[in-house]
Amino acid sequence: MFFNFMDELRAAGITASLKEHLVLLEALDKEVIQRSPEEFYFLSRATFVKDEGLLDRFDQVFSKVFKGIETSYGTQEEEIPLDWLKAVAEKYLTEEEMAEVKKLGSWDEIMETLKERLAEQEKRHEGGSKWIGTGGTSPYGNSGYNPEGVRIGGEGGQKKAVKVWDKREFQNLDHTKQLGTRNIKVALRRLRRFAREGSADELDINRTIDGTAKQGWLDIHMRPERHNAVKLLLFLDVGGSMDPFVKLCEELFSAATTEFKNLEFFYFHNCLYEGVWKDNSRRFSERTNTWDILHKYGHDYKLIFVGDASMSPYEITHPGGSVEHFNEEAGVTWLNRMTNTYPATAWLNPVPEKQWGYSQSVKIVKELMNDRMYPLTLEGLSDAMKELTRKHG
Amino acid sequence: MRFDGTKDYVATDDLKVAVNAAVTLRRPLLVKGEPGTGKTVLAYEIAKAMGAPLIEWNVKSTTKAHQGLYEYDAVARLRDGQLGDERVHDISNYIRKGKLWEAFTSPELPVLLIDEIDKADIEFPNDLLQELDRMEFHVYETKETIKAAERPIVIITSNNEKELPDAFLRRCFFHYIKFPDRETMQEIINVHFPDIQGILVKKAMDIFYDVRDVPGLKKKPSTSELLDWLKLLLAEDMPLDVLQSKDPSKAIPPLHGALLKNEQDVMLFERLAFMAKREAR
Repeated sequence: MFFNFMDELRAAGITASLKEHLVLLEALDKEVIQRSPEEFYFLSRATFVKDEGLLDRFDQVFSKVFKGIETSYGTQEEEIPLDWLKAVAEKYLTEEEMAEVKKLGSWDEIMETLKERLAEQEKRHEGGSKWIGTGGTSPYGNSGYNPEGVRIGGEGGQKKAVKVWDKREFQNLDHTKQLGTRNIKVALRRLRRFAREGSADELDINRTIDGTAKQGWLDIHMRPERHNAVKLLLFLDVGGSMDPFVKLCEELFSAATTEFKNLEFFYFHNCLYEGVWKDNSRRFSERTNTWDILHKYGHDYKLIFVGDASMSPYEITHPGGSVEHFNEEAGVTWLNRMTNTYPATAWLNPVPEKQWGYSQSVKIVKELMNDRMYPLTLEGLSDAMKELTRKHG
Repeated sequence: MRFDGTKDYVATDDLKVAVNAAVTLRRPLLVKGEPGTGKTVLAYEIAKAMGAPLIEWNVKSTTKAHQGLYEYDAVARLRDGQLGDERVHDISNYIRKGKLWEAFTSPELPVLLIDEIDKADIEFPNDLLQELDRMEFHVYETKETIKAAERPIVIITSNNEKELPDAFLRRCFFHYIKFPDRETMQEIINVHFPDIQGILVKKAMDIFYDVRDVPGLKKKPSTSELLDWLKLLLAEDMPLDVLQSKDPSKAIPPLHGALLKNEQDVMLFERLAFMAKREAR
């Protein structure tokens, strides 16, 4: 049953592993909890779920796996009081049914069968004429719960434990985002190039010892802390066909801003022309001349475009092709200027790679990038990082 | 040893189970939740309930994992070497113990709180994996291994600023402190203000939950803010009818500074009050 639970958890995208399973068993063994379904639910939740976004999914799995098993779990087999069963049967059966039931044998026999079936039955059951459950013609059970135990007549007196997880209180915390920023950050870390720059605030032990030995007095040397010195220029396509990818781009952006200290970002629309902007709300008033960027940031900057590259081919190839303004020089000219200035360049495309063939503009841009276009997936991202860290002669 | 909350701290059933599991199996307990729902206080209260000393390690963005183990003060040794101090011959004089070391060698079983682990560098939790799993580490300078005689109780809090690595999470129990419902909140208030007037609490809670329900708030007020606000209301001896007034032009609750921590939020409320006033006309 526990393995089933684990399989279900994994199927629901909760990464339960053997480690957690063993921890759970150990906790049960050491009697961390009293043997009640609620406490078992709390314990397994604390063991398996490590992200509040998955709590709701856990509740669903738990209710699916343990539905109806509440009384048989963790306790000795329940003895079902005979007269209680009788009362229930009388209460819920019509005359005709009673007659039919009698065909099965005496009350005692019926109760025996009922008990047997209760023991045999493992899952909630609906319809059919043999098993106990809801909506069936079997004399056992009623329209309420899985009757595996006390639930038949609803007077079992046991607190309905399922409630806690069936409440699904964590519903609004659930997120279906598969690609968290941590994964992106880890992919971006390939781009780390450590260097010592900036103010000297770390003790350089080797040089201090050397210096002290040489001078004969305490000679302290400091050095700057080692940190990521990679410089990055990020150009992001915004608006129009990029709207479906906003979330993905936001995640990439937030991961990049925390990972890199030397990060400059600019926005463009569809294709790069003579002007870009830093603030989307003021995109028409505060533009940065693309020439200025080319002059200001050195060749050692690494250049990343993020865009779907889906537009009319004219927007790239012809002067005046832009949909927003009249561009005197074609997009292709600007893209070439960029790639010539920055040898380390990559284009990240959020559109799935399979669909690239359908759009002519994607092909053109890919060609302009010398094939350095990568899908915006973890794999594509780490390929792109590999390309960017390659030695560019 | 069982944790059942303390007289100053209301623990929900699921929290108790999580804490007891962590205490019994001596695995770290990772606590997450909205700011102000009592994550850090939990560690204080566990220590109090167990009668154990609390060792606090507040993590900052510059904190490195090895600082929790030990640091070697090379400069002090060089200086002593110059002055011809005898201490210089023993390197262990210059090893400064970190919080983990302290916890491992504490004569009494301690509660170790690693507060806001997500503030540190993304690699920080990974660097502590072995140490927290085996509860031991090696000191290279003195060639000794520090091993915990008894595994300490470890409570780790996180505000979710960074995601934590899977390998780290696997070794922890996890609990998410959800925002308390009215019943629990009532209990919490009773614990903190035993003599408070029932009607005042009711009114204050009405306002408080209303404020939380206002869409578009940047920072929703949480338990600690409600407690502060109640304290203020009591200190100011605020007459009850101020809270009771249904005057729409007073949509901003009195002494709102304790509840709203953000000028945009205050402005949002002013705007709402203004709109309510206009509608009333």
